[in-house]
Amino acid sequence: MAADLSAELRERIGQAAASRTPLRIVGGNSKAFYSQPAADAETLAVAEHAGIVDYEPSELVVTVRAGTRLAELEAVLAEHGQMLGFEPPHFGATASVGGTLACAFSGPRRPFAGSARDFVLGCKIVNGLGEELNFGGQVIKNVAGFDVSRLMVGARGSLGLLLQCSLRVLPRPETEATVAFPIAEPAAAIEFMNRLAGRPWPLSALAYDGVSVRARLSGAATAVRAAAANIGGEFDLGGDSFWQDLREQRLPFFQQRGDLWRVATAPAATQPELAGAWLIDWGGAQRWLKTAESAESVHRACTASAARATLFRGDGSPTRTPLTPELAALQQRVRDAFDPLGVFATYPD
Amino acid sequence: MPLSATFTRLCLDLLGAANVVTEPERLRVYECDGLAAYRTPPDLVALPETAEQVLGLMRLCREHRVPVVPRGAGTGLAAGAMPVTGGIVVGLSKMSRILALDPLNRTATVQPGVRNLAISEAAKAHGLFYAPDPSSQIACSIGGNIAENAGGVHCLKYGLTVHNVLQVKLATIDGELLTLGGPGLDAPGYDLLALAIGSEGLLGIVVEATVRLLPLPPATRVLLAAFPSVEQAGAAVAAVISSGLLPAGLELMDNPAIRATDAFVHAGYPLDAAALLLCELDGLPEQVAADSERAVAVLAAAGASEIRVADDADQRKRFWAGRKAAFPAVGRIASDYYCMDGTIPRKHLAQVLRRISEMSAEFGLAVVNVFHAGDGNLHPLILYDSGSDGEFAKAEAFGGKILELCVAVGGTITGEHGVGSEKIPYMCVQFGAGELQQFLRLKQAFDPDGLLNPGKAVPTLHRCAELGRMHVHRGELPHPELERF
Ligand SMILES: Cc1cc2nc3c(=O)[nH]c(=O)nc-3n(C[C@H](O)[C@H](O)[C@H](O)COP(=O)(O)OP(=O)(O)OC[C@H]3O[C@@H](n4cnc5c(N)ncnc54)[C@H](O)[C@@H]3O)c2cc1C
Ligand SMILES: Cc1cc2nc3c(=O)[nH]c(=O)nc-3n(C[C@H](O)[C@H](O)[C@H](O)COP(=O)(O)OP(=O)(O)OC[C@H]3O[C@@H](n4cnc5c(N)ncnc54)[C@H](O)[C@@H]3O)c2cc1C
Repeated sequence: MAADLSAELRERIGQAAASRTPLRIVGGNSKAFYSQPAADAETLAVAEHAGIVDYEPSELVVTVRAGTRLAELEAVLAEHGQMLGFEPPHFGATASVGGTLACAFSGPRRPFAGSARDFVLGCKIVNGLGEELNFGGQVIKNVAGFDVSRLMVGARGSLGLLLQCSLRVLPRPETEATVAFPIAEPAAAIEFMNRLAGRPWPLSALAYDGVSVRARLSGAATAVRAAAANIGGEFDLGGDSFWQDLREQRLPFFQQRGDLWRVATAPAATQPELAGAWLIDWGGAQRWLKTAESAESVHRACTASAARATLFRGDGSPTRTPLTPELAALQQRVRDAFDPLGVFATYPD
Repeated sequence: MPLSATFTRLCLDLLGAANVVTEPERLRVYECDGLAAYRTPPDLVALPETAEQVLGLMRLCREHRVPVVPRGAGTGLAAGAMPVTGGIVVGLSKMSRILALDPLNRTATVQPGVRNLAISEAAKAHGLFYAPDPSSQIACSIGGNIAENAGGVHCLKYGLTVHNVLQVKLATIDGELLTLGGPGLDAPGYDLLALAIGSEGLLGIVVEATVRLLPLPPATRVLLAAFPSVEQAGAAVAAVISSGLLPAGLELMDNPAIRATDAFVHAGYPLDAAALLLCELDGLPEQVAADSERAVAVLAAAGASEIRVADDADQRKRFWAGRKAAFPAVGRIASDYYCMDGTIPRKHLAQVLRRISEMSAEFGLAVVNVFHAGDGNLHPLILYDSGSDGEFAKAEAFGGKILELCVAVGGTITGEHGVGSEKIPYMCVQFGAGELQQFLRLKQAFDPDGLLNPGKAVPTLHRCAELGRMHVHRGELPHPELERF
């Protein structure tokens, strides 16, 4: 499994550039549902380009090849009492580090610890000209040149192939506990969560499933106990599996019929007017909607409340709140700067 | 080429006479930033009061092909806001209003000229603060912080500017207003917000920013640990981090720094220590108690000869006094100093500090070290005398060697001050021709005519070959593919 295929991958992309063959980068293929299919594209499989290249627990930095399985990386970190701070969803056992970063998925810890891009320190890529390039590094502070490594996160392989990434890791908290507060009204739950988040509690997750607000507390056992005593609520002994099932979209909410939309908004913003079931994560900043409403009405309602909607899993083709024309044009120029010949066939938005 | 009378008149029409500076004696104020050794007088300084005026200026400059140098508070230390001949400086100091403070969403929306510290001062009433805290925070602007991805003492725990900004409104050279990021935690499309942060005014002018506010931690404790050798202090930094602690700050001062600052502010530091570590812990009182117990044990095991603990605000202030006064204190013992900024993996701290002191002897210039050890972000202060012929050139050469050393051990040529004009030659040390070309293509996507802050941050390959000084890195000549001049 652990092999360095940089040379082959670079060569393959170089050939594709020469012959103008579009390529679709495929890691573990767990997130295929999230990317636009490109009909005529050849598959560029990167799952075999795997392995942990360098891991220094005392530096809180790990460098991995992009095809490395997320589960494998997390197991190695756990052996040293460390973890990926953005708590990425896997959506399947074969999920790769490259695919995870390319999709920029972050889990429940995100509002308190940071997103996928926040933990990327550097990366090695192959651009659409087949050039292997190195950006960023292995240190936290670095302002030399443009921050290309963070730009790669969320670009879904449309700017270049991620070959290798250096990620900052975090120590695992000594203790975690979840407390739950039954609240009937979404508006009240949203306000409650944001009042909690405005106080210095050691929060590491905050979500509302329509019945209860759950808050996860992390830190020294004494601190977690003190915080829990102070904010009240019921201890939820099933807290750990709740956060995992939320992250992996295994909660009953996700099994309901209808399209699954992801709505990104200011955490305390009022709920867009849409019929359907809601599940609110990230203290309000990431809201999941199961609905039968059309894409047009979802976008209309979201735009009206300054929210952005993405069809995450559904019958229709992926749709997202459109960019302004100026941003769309700039995005295309940025794409051309990395892939002038149009080798990478996934479309960003 | 000097600015045309037509262009100057159009600027006056757009901004009014009160917001356009053309008198030579007033222009002098803008000829340099905090790196005063590098100066160029500007031809004109525009002081817009609104985003619309910035957009108007951009259109004018684009149409007349006039280079634009954005400027915040001018505290930069890499000559990033230094004017370019034939260009204008756009000073953002008049755009200094806090537009909105939203305690429930924990955000502040501000104009670019707002001072960093002013945001935390305004947020304090709500129990909130803005985390990135560069030492220059009483003076520097949020626009400048965004352009430099500024960090400070607390960024080990709370992150850099890039981790704490949600949305930026950017005026492009075409005179368009782009909104990057959004009010939530992410936005559709490429992460152009991350790209804009740290771009040193090369991609656009920040005309508004929405930043994240965090709850003020209720308890803070500062530990001061003295070490008999710099090596042990360096190893203690690694030990603290690998013990699972995440201090709010972890700063190192070497003996010359301890002596210089103690003589200045009488902080009561142990003068015979080879190095001091200041370790700040914050959070709930219970968390701070647990963390400091662990930190004391780790520091003692790492060989600390003395550990002091400060709990109340007065004591904490005294511990920090020397660290905070380090720059002016060094200014008292030397007529001039050159502040370097590089970052290295923490494990190489001891080795790199030793090598710097060897080089100090080789160059015959003293060095004082006081820096963000937890981040591996070094700030060697090279002492020199500008009155003595050739000493600045010697200091520059020494500084360059330090940067090359940072890159050689896997670090970078700048942690927080930026590349600006100062470090342009060293970009060619850290990056190869491919990366530099990629930066230039990216720059073109935003600014095809190269009018935004030209000559800063990203060198042309031609310049690299010129400035490369034929230095040999890991046994390889840099850019063997390039012709030598
Ligand atoms: C609902 C669901 C459906 C599933 N369906 C299937 C299935 O049909 N078949 C199957 O085999 N498994 C399936 N799985 C399991 C799946 O195989 C694994 O979880 C998975 O392989 C992980 O993929 P990935 O993270 O590597 O991303 P991928 O899905 O491979 O890629 C996601 C995106 O990232 C880009 N990308 C990936 N790697 C890189 C890179 N190195 N550099 C730049 N861009 C990159 C891709 O171009 C794409 O745009 C499914 C899982 C779930 C939860
Ligand atoms: C004593 C001292 C201590 C310092 N300590 C630290 C520290 O701890 N951490 C740290 O990170 N830095 C530190 N600095 C460096 C400096 O303060 C920071 O880089 C700061 O972010 C610069 O802000 P400014 O407003 O002064 O920007 P300026 O110096 O005016 O400009 C800096 C750069 O940003 C660009 N720029 C300014 N405003 C804008 C805008 N609105 N839009 C686009 N581009 C713009 C300029 O063109 C220039 O390239 C220190 C400086 C001093 C003098």
